[in-house]
Amino acid sequence: MSKRKRVVLLIYILFLLVPIYWLLNMSFKSNTEILGGLSLWPHGFTLDNYRVIFTDPSWYRGYLNSLYYVSLNTLISLSVALPAAYAFSRYRFLGDKHLFFWLLTNRMAPPAVFLLPFFQLYSSIGLFDTHIAVALAHCLFNVPLAVWILEGFMSGVPKEIDETAYIDGYSFPKFFVKIFIPLIGSGIGVTAFFCFMFSWVELLLARTLTSVEAKPIVAVMTRTVSASGIDWGVLAAAGVLTILPGMLVIWFVRNHVAKGFALGRV
Amino acid sequence: MSKVHNNKAWWLVLPVFLLVAFSAIVPMMTVVNYSVQDIFDQSSRYFVGVDWYRQVLQDPRLHDSLLRQFIYSACVLLIEIPLGIAIALTMPTKGRWTSLCLIVMAIPLLIPWNVVGTIWQIFGRADIGLLGWSLNQLGVSYNYASNTRDAWVTVLVMDVWHWTSLVALLCYSGLRAIPDVYYQAARIDRASAWAVFRHIQLPKLKSVLLIAVMLRFMDSFMIYTEPFVLTGGGPGNATTFLSQTLTQMAVGQFDLGPAAAFSLVYFLIILLVSWLFYTAMTHDDKTR
Amino acid sequence: MDWMAWTLPTALFFAAIALLLAGMTMWELHSPGAERKGFLPIDTTRGDRLFIGLLGSAYLHLLVVGVTDWSVWIASLLSLLWLFAVMRWG
Repeated sequence: MSKRKRVVLLIYILFLLVPIYWLLNMSFKSNTEILGGLSLWPHGFTLDNYRVIFTDPSWYRGYLNSLYYVSLNTLISLSVALPAAYAFSRYRFLGDKHLFFWLLTNRMAPPAVFLLPFFQLYSSIGLFDTHIAVALAHCLFNVPLAVWILEGFMSGVPKEIDETAYIDGYSFPKFFVKIFIPLIGSGIGVTAFFCFMFSWVELLLARTLTSVEAKPIVAVMTRTVSASGIDWGVLAAAGVLTILPGMLVIWFVRNHVAKGFALGRV
Repeated sequence: MSKVHNNKAWWLVLPVFLLVAFSAIVPMMTVVNYSVQDIFDQSSRYFVGVDWYRQVLQDPRLHDSLLRQFIYSACVLLIEIPLGIAIALTMPTKGRWTSLCLIVMAIPLLIPWNVVGTIWQIFGRADIGLLGWSLNQLGVSYNYASNTRDAWVTVLVMDVWHWTSLVALLCYSGLRAIPDVYYQAARIDRASAWAVFRHIQLPKLKSVLLIAVMLRFMDSFMIYTEPFVLTGGGPGNATTFLSQTLTQMAVGQFDLGPAAAFSLVYFLIILLVSWLFYTAMTHDDKTR
Repeated sequence: MDWMAWTLPTALFFAAIALLLAGMTMWELHSPGAERKGFLPIDTTRGDRLFIGLLGSAYLHLLVVGVTDWSVWIASLLSLLWLFAVMRWG
């Protein structure tokens, strides 16, 4: 039984890794080798594709732009979601359930047609093509998610802790920062991971709200595809590089991931 | 946990409310405004009432892509949910392989969606991709760019590749929360593996499964980037899903009115389904 | 605000929704309601019933516009009846 399980798991993991390996494989090949025929590993191993990305500003600035707005978004999402999640987990208030559902509905709005209003909204307040615009736009789906996850983690903290702190003379902000936030540290880490993830993988809004200054790497990639044929090697290298930040982030939260995926509510 | 009733809690929620309202309500209002007008440019626009709604609700092209979308979401749920549960059951619960397993499984979730499309675009090609090449070598003619069935299968396999891990990880964390005593009791009763699954594991997974179904439904129903990069909606219209039809209307043809009207219909569908899931979920919490 | 392409009917529509929400808030503050069980299969509060009523109305409009050739006003009239029924007996 246990052996059969391991085989199933192994097959699944291979299924996950083979396409990624193929991307990695291609990123180390020159274009002539890629188009010349199929090879399971790079025969003429080359780092040229990566060199293109690290020396061409339009490529590497795309990375920096993406990292910048993603971090900004994670920061904003966490800082507004923390107090709100506390409110949802500790108090009943007028319209709380409806507010919570309304927040979740924002994950459901089909982005396709909201693009134009978004573009106009951010142009009209002079934020078009800035990092903050993308960070704010991504809050639309990240803040509700952050509130949802954090609320799950906070509900797991016994309420007696709050009460004891108030009796000991802590004010709310002091209690929140000094006692409560350290208690749900892993929850915050996991939430940050999710915010990072959803902001990092999003393409449509990020592409619509930027043109030059804040253009994200994902948009740089799609434009390379459409123009001047396809440079498969560079495209593959860029793809590989977009996977790395995610792996780095997940490494930091690896011990909390299981709980995080249950959104803290198991 | 009993909660105190206190309307002052609104002050804590206010920043979230304002932030999300800014990005949600203003564009939503604008879309509603578009949907009742015929817009040529900023200055010349005419009120047309519900004409656009009538038009899009009776448009066969949109019926087609709506139907395709429902079939697609149904396929996604039917494959990914059972597969995700099965994978979660096979995962090790302790030992040093656990974290590695978790990390590897989370990788596809962290790849930008257009890169997911790119990976499969490369992987599936008959000339330079391992999948397309091997299939053709095995004598199966396969070309996702010209054959409708192949395109469908590829988009579906890509989605399974991309998202099954989410379901698996959700279920895995659900399984971890089951106390050991349940399993001990089952062992004493000499329960079969199936009985353990049916009567112990599945009931405990209910709440995470609802989350998984809800997330997978919403995201698969709005899928845009991955098939767009992979097949561009083709061959023909075979993999043109709702979002893409809408983007073509709004951006390609600048038919803002009909596109807006249909996106509201679209939103209402997702709203209803998600509300049903959400109600089921909170109802479950209440009775527990 | 020009780019938002406002029209009088949509402005009135959103104003009505805003007023409705404000009214519900005042009502709830003045005399808090409780969950109850009506003809709907779940326990609902006033706010839940309002949401169900509005969502139902939206679908009713879509049905009338999509399937029949009737004027939308008929849908609106039916919606008002439905909304009243849900709020009163739901």
